[in-house]
Amino acid sequence: MGEVLAQAWAVARKDLVLEFRTRTALVSAVVFAALVLTVFNFGRDPTAVPTIDLAPTILWVTFTFAAMLAMNRAFQLELENQALEGLLASPLSRTGLYWGKLVANLVFVAVVEAVGLPLFVLFFDVPVGRVLAPLVGVIALATLGFVAVGTLFSALVMRTRFAELLLVVILLPFLVPPLIGAVQVTARLFGGRPLSESVGYLKLLAAYDIVFVSLASFLFRFTVDE
Amino acid sequence: MSLAHKGRWITMVGLVCLAGVYVRALAFTPVERLQGPAQKIFYLHVPAALWTEAAMILVGLAGIFYLFLKDPRLDRFAAASAEVGTVFAIIVLTTGPIWGKPIWGTWWTWDARLTSTLFLFFLYVGYLLVRGAVRDPGVRARYAAVLGICGLCLVPFIHLSVFLFRTLHPQPIIVKPSAPSLPGSMLATWLFSLVAFSLLYVGFVTQRYAVGDTDHA
Amino acid sequence: MLSAEGLRHTFGEGRGQVVALDDVSFTLTSGQTLAIFGPNGAGKTTLLKVLAGLIRPQAGSVRIAGGRRAIGWIGHETHLYEHLTVRENLLFWASLYGMPAPRRGPRAAEVLGRLGLGDRADRPVWSLSRGLAQRASIAKALIHDPSVLLLDEPFTGLDLAAAAELRVLLGELRGRGAGGGGRVLVLATHNVDEGVELATDVAFQRRGRFVHLAPLGGRGPSEIAEAYRRAVEQRTGGVTDG
Repeated sequence: MGEVLAQAWAVARKDLVLEFRTRTALVSAVVFAALVLTVFNFGRDPTAVPTIDLAPTILWVTFTFAAMLAMNRAFQLELENQALEGLLASPLSRTGLYWGKLVANLVFVAVVEAVGLPLFVLFFDVPVGRVLAPLVGVIALATLGFVAVGTLFSALVMRTRFAELLLVVILLPFLVPPLIGAVQVTARLFGGRPLSESVGYLKLLAAYDIVFVSLASFLFRFTVDE
Repeated sequence: MSLAHKGRWITMVGLVCLAGVYVRALAFTPVERLQGPAQKIFYLHVPAALWTEAAMILVGLAGIFYLFLKDPRLDRFAAASAEVGTVFAIIVLTTGPIWGKPIWGTWWTWDARLTSTLFLFFLYVGYLLVRGAVRDPGVRARYAAVLGICGLCLVPFIHLSVFLFRTLHPQPIIVKPSAPSLPGSMLATWLFSLVAFSLLYVGFVTQRYAVGDTDHA
Repeated sequence: MLSAEGLRHTFGEGRGQVVALDDVSFTLTSGQTLAIFGPNGAGKTTLLKVLAGLIRPQAGSVRIAGGRRAIGWIGHETHLYEHLTVRENLLFWASLYGMPAPRRGPRAAEVLGRLGLGDRADRPVWSLSRGLAQRASIAKALIHDPSVLLLDEPFTGLDLAAAAELRVLLGELRGRGAGGGGRVLVLATHNVDEGVELATDVAFQRRGRFVHLAPLGGRGPSEIAEAYRRAVEQRTGGVTDG
């Protein structure tokens, strides 16, 4: 177990060093998030729908779309010089590889969200100050679930044609439960409702995380081993 | 008799049963008081919806067994089941709006149950696209199994999120903890229809499986 | 020590089925270098991948003293990350092999020195020429001091000088293995001239069939090429190449 974690950390660290050195994907994802927020601002009628009603949806559509850009990157970079082949021939455990990719993806998406959230507050003037801690908690809970599935699926599609497009299509149905949960909890938080009203959705998000993180950890080996 | 022939016969029997269901539904089953004749579509809609979901569950189960047994027949079954499930999902998604227009006054509502079938439909489409995108049969079977198993685990989550979401949809009236609250004659017609759809599922899958068999012979 | 026993592997099914390995067995001990010759698509890469544990064969087994950790894999792709420096690449691979952190730095420096990459260690891989990148790739494969080296078409894309240099290097590696003993080298190539100097043993592979001719004796490249042709014709029932 200790060795698997050490390997996972080695993979995650390598991915993050590569990412912060080239920055192409990260900058693209952040700019993309900013663009989506801007487009939403012009794509609504502020006199007809109060911002606060639309805000949770805007936030989560932005986050999930930007996250999908991030997940394509994870295994594409292993195809350069067939590095993946080398990884698989080394004693690196498959679970270690998956967890490493998952951690790198989570950090990547967290950076996009950390930039996206203040922009969102700025553009839509949503008072998040008093609910910041629970909001961050919900973001973490929902993000873990769909990034876990997305990381598995990005390994699945990496060698197919139109990998980016295919990933979006197969991931979409899997985004529904975390998206519904996250939007509902966020709406209640913005509406100043007590957290106890969101318990059902929080349980849904937690259950989704547990099921899909374990399932993906187990199934990952079948996407890379021949 | 070849597998394809058997499949054709089962499908035929299923279609005859379905015709029987509609003779019974239109002529011998009472018209629902509030919904009027539109309710008749329910005999088509609900069994199709049940089998849309059952087909996904079977795709997932076949995937689990494939990963352990590596038997290509399991993969061929999963492929057949997914294609038939897609067809059933289309039936649900067409009959839903036909019923919804007179009853809800609109073709499409983002009603949770209809929406969850829509997502099952997307799941099927994604599954079939992945199958189409991989050429090597062994790799394709493995990828399909992984995706199918994830789909199987997603089904309860779609239901849960749908359940928590407020819904316009008529609450389930047949499969629920208390006794069914459907008049006897309607229930009989419905059960008859469920049998017809089960036959159709088995018939379609058998035929599709047989076609896959000759593809690889 | 490396031994393969009754390996069999196919791709596809039905009419499109390709037999990549057909009952392949051999044993090599340290100091031996096996050169596998065969046309493209003969199943050489599949064999190496099976030996490296990348593909689980449908039948048969591979035994390697020391297991997966004892393997160094050199493909015609370098397996290096272009945006990391040579040293960073080596440190990353060292960590995957479970080398303790304090030992990684000195070990990387040692390997880089031996391969003459000391002055380029801190340059990103994308800035290296094909020959240097190949050398960095060999450094990467040696970082954990493997006793078995698997080489898949290592000469592809190298100019004559770089290829000659690589041959000298591989000759040295064969002699100096883990703990001072010799290494086992398995070299797959479609070009008989490239590998024959290094080999102690040769094998011909075609359509999954494997003919092991051991040892090499004093035969030169032209005799090997002739034997290759004969072996192929004999084993495939007179079907000639092409």
